[in-house]
Amino acid sequence: MANFLTDNPDILFHLEHTDLARIADCLEDSYADAEKFDYAPANAAEAIEDYKRVLNVVGELAGDFIDPRAEDIDRTGNRIENNRVVRPPGMDENLTALAQADLMGFTLPRKYGGLNFPSLIYTMATEIVSRADAALMNIFGLQGIAETINAFADDQIKDEYLPKFCEGQVTGAMVLTEPDAGSDLQAIKLKATQDDDGQWLLNGVKRFITNGCGEVLLVLARSEPDRAGGLGLSLFICNFADGVKIRRLEDKLGIHGSPTCELQFDDVPARIIGERQRGLVTYVMALMNGARIGIAAQSLGIAQAAYQAARAYAASRRQFEVAIEKLPAVADMLAKMNMDIQAARALTYDASFHVDLENSLLKKLELPDKPQDKALFKQMRQDARKLKRLNALLTPMAKYICSEMCNRIAYDALQILGGSGYMRDYPVERYYRDARITTIYEGTSQLQIVAAVRGVASGTAQKSFDAFAQREYHGDLAPLAQKLATVLPTFAQATTFVKEQGTEYMDLHGRQIVDAATDIYMAYLLLNQARHSREKLTVADRCILEVLPRVKYNCELITSGDRTSLECFDTLAGPVPTE
Amino acid sequence: MAFNSVVLIKQVPDTKNITGQAMLDDGTVNRAALPAIFNPEDRNALEAALSLRDRCGGTVTVLTMGPPSACNILRDSLFRGADRVILLTDLRAAASDTLATSYILSLAVSQLPDVHLIFCGRQAIDGDTAQVGPQLAEKLNLPQVTYVEELIEASDSTLTLRRNLGDGYEVVKAPLPLLMTIVGTANTPRPPAARRMLKYKRARGKTELLKEAADKFGKDATDEIETYVQQRSEDLSAKGLLIEQWDLDTVKADVTRCGRSGSATKVHRIQSVILTGTEHKRVEPTAQAIGDLVHELIEDHTIG
Repeated sequence: MANFLTDNPDILFHLEHTDLARIADCLEDSYADAEKFDYAPANAAEAIEDYKRVLNVVGELAGDFIDPRAEDIDRTGNRIENNRVVRPPGMDENLTALAQADLMGFTLPRKYGGLNFPSLIYTMATEIVSRADAALMNIFGLQGIAETINAFADDQIKDEYLPKFCEGQVTGAMVLTEPDAGSDLQAIKLKATQDDDGQWLLNGVKRFITNGCGEVLLVLARSEPDRAGGLGLSLFICNFADGVKIRRLEDKLGIHGSPTCELQFDDVPARIIGERQRGLVTYVMALMNGARIGIAAQSLGIAQAAYQAARAYAASRRQFEVAIEKLPAVADMLAKMNMDIQAARALTYDASFHVDLENSLLKKLELPDKPQDKALFKQMRQDARKLKRLNALLTPMAKYICSEMCNRIAYDALQILGGSGYMRDYPVERYYRDARITTIYEGTSQLQIVAAVRGVASGTAQKSFDAFAQREYHGDLAPLAQKLATVLPTFAQATTFVKEQGTEYMDLHGRQIVDAATDIYMAYLLLNQARHSREKLTVADRCILEVLPRVKYNCELITSGDRTSLECFDTLAGPVPTE
Repeated sequence: MAFNSVVLIKQVPDTKNITGQAMLDDGTVNRAALPAIFNPEDRNALEAALSLRDRCGGTVTVLTMGPPSACNILRDSLFRGADRVILLTDLRAAASDTLATSYILSLAVSQLPDVHLIFCGRQAIDGDTAQVGPQLAEKLNLPQVTYVEELIEASDSTLTLRRNLGDGYEVVKAPLPLLMTIVGTANTPRPPAARRMLKYKRARGKTELLKEAADKFGKDATDEIETYVQQRSEDLSAKGLLIEQWDLDTVKADVTRCGRSGSATKVHRIQSVILTGTEHKRVEPTAQAIGDLVHELIEDHTIG
């Protein structure tokens, strides 16, 4: 009886020490749903208990049901038959179980049959599911599609589709990428035109579409033929069954259970989501932000799975007459792996927490009857803007840090298993392959850095560090806080320097800037966790030991003014290989 | 055709997680050290009934005889989709063996209208007798099919079933009404449904309400307790959250045939087994010993 929630002390720690009552209060709006729905909570305490209960089901399902099926799903993969994707049997069983457990409408409103849970709890669930099977996450973790419909589509579309998502009768796909529009979505060409009756029709090709065989497709298409760039794009919803063709199924390195399709649209009827021209700039941006947190969670899950395998192996594998965990080199790897996972988890959950605060505030601001108190309304608007800026920093940071971290952990886990890890007898080679996509899809690490570095340059990062530094740290925490504060001026100086050098320089050193900022942010999160436990104090202490020289190193590179990667590119990169 | 099914379930001590304190010095089971769980094969029985209902329609009623804490497995049944649950609890039924238990359950099932199918788990992990289902069928004068692994086909008047006989299987067609005992390999029980769970977590049985009231007001505050239980019962009942509770009078049982007096089983001897497992095992370097080891590893699925 494995339970991937209850066997994970760090997730339990977060459940215990996060202010869940605050997000429950925000989300439940005076707990009015309790009158209308027999499964809605009546107060914060009950809401929190509900979160834990449902996560417990997710943990049990992941440990007992999903995990044992993952190997077979990976080996079998998907295939096409008559324009239909035939999934491995285990994947169908997983989807049935998730639907039976009511887990496919995690964050949707209760009026559609959803659970109305915070995105933080959904993020935890995504991590737990991904630990069991990273490929399943690519369907379970796509609930942002339904959220996007809920946030931006008209009532008719919502009423038609959302109950089906909640019941698990349909799955969706984000149909964005094209052969010539990957990271650069502004270059999208797929055409959306209206016939004489005003019916929208889609024509063109989409590539690398995760779960492109899903029943409901959200398609980004060019509705304004004369308008280049993002403002020529709108978002559409269509049914796969209305004539979408699967041109091919990709043969991938990892996540074999997740079907990646190339789709062809020939006059496929579609309906528009929200307003014209806001497809990319508003709707897809919102969708992508949620999806990025999803990939951060998926990365945490894969990292946790790889770590557990390495931890268990190192405890039982004996060489030189000792368990290899006793060898200093291996002990250091394991200690660092677990510390890195905890730091990345703290960042991701913190980002999710702030997304919940922002979303509920935005919902309140959009209510038709504005609060009477004008000062309060103004304050709420200000808070929402602040949260928006913070999330625009934390979301790409979390996606970047978690996905890179998960690749390191999978690499080290395989290393610890040695030759055995390289063989397909152990699941670690699967984790290693599954991990690789996380730094690529939903925006590459390099794009996350571009997004995050803006937040650093604008001073958002500095402001949050100042807020952290101003908190009171007593006892054993005080010297750690003092040590950590010593790098703040160094970092501030580096930020100022970068801003003076202009955008190109900022992008050139983006990785160092974002690494330094994330290091400091995560160190503060761990330091604050240490208020609650001695173990966390040890983690924070060790983390800060590593963070200080790393921040200094990165800042030194940033302030060096070095541009040789651009200026001496030909020398440093050498010539382009010829045939 | 829609079927009305009754599933008989039992709360048992979790013998899978045996620790050193599982048995008291006197050789009896230390129930406090073992968590009480839903008997595993009863979960398969529930799943079989639920999936038949999903396929053909009808209702699933879950009945358990046991202490008030058995409400836990009834709630669990509600989470997974049971339409109606009943707790049969009575101190006079304590210490019933399979004879007395099947007698009481036969009366309880007879109280339910239009029952087409009765599902039992093959056996409970505390007693491992596998007798209650068969005895119950005899007392109800119903045909029985034991060791059911698959419901192949359902018609208005018959079920076609596959029985797992351990060394092979048998396909049988049986007339309704019918009693089946279900084996653990029959299916994988579905997970609890979140929305049902968040609703039915509040479901309570009357004895649980009494305890709730006693904790709140103190054991001797009989008036307060009565008012409280009355009020809570009405509130819960209005929301469909009151777990039905029966006793021996509800089922019109002859009390001399219940509990210890109704039990024919006599315990001959109790043996206290001390587990003394160690981490390694010595295997002699002979073909026979190696062969035995390989066989053992295949048996426990370490290899093969």
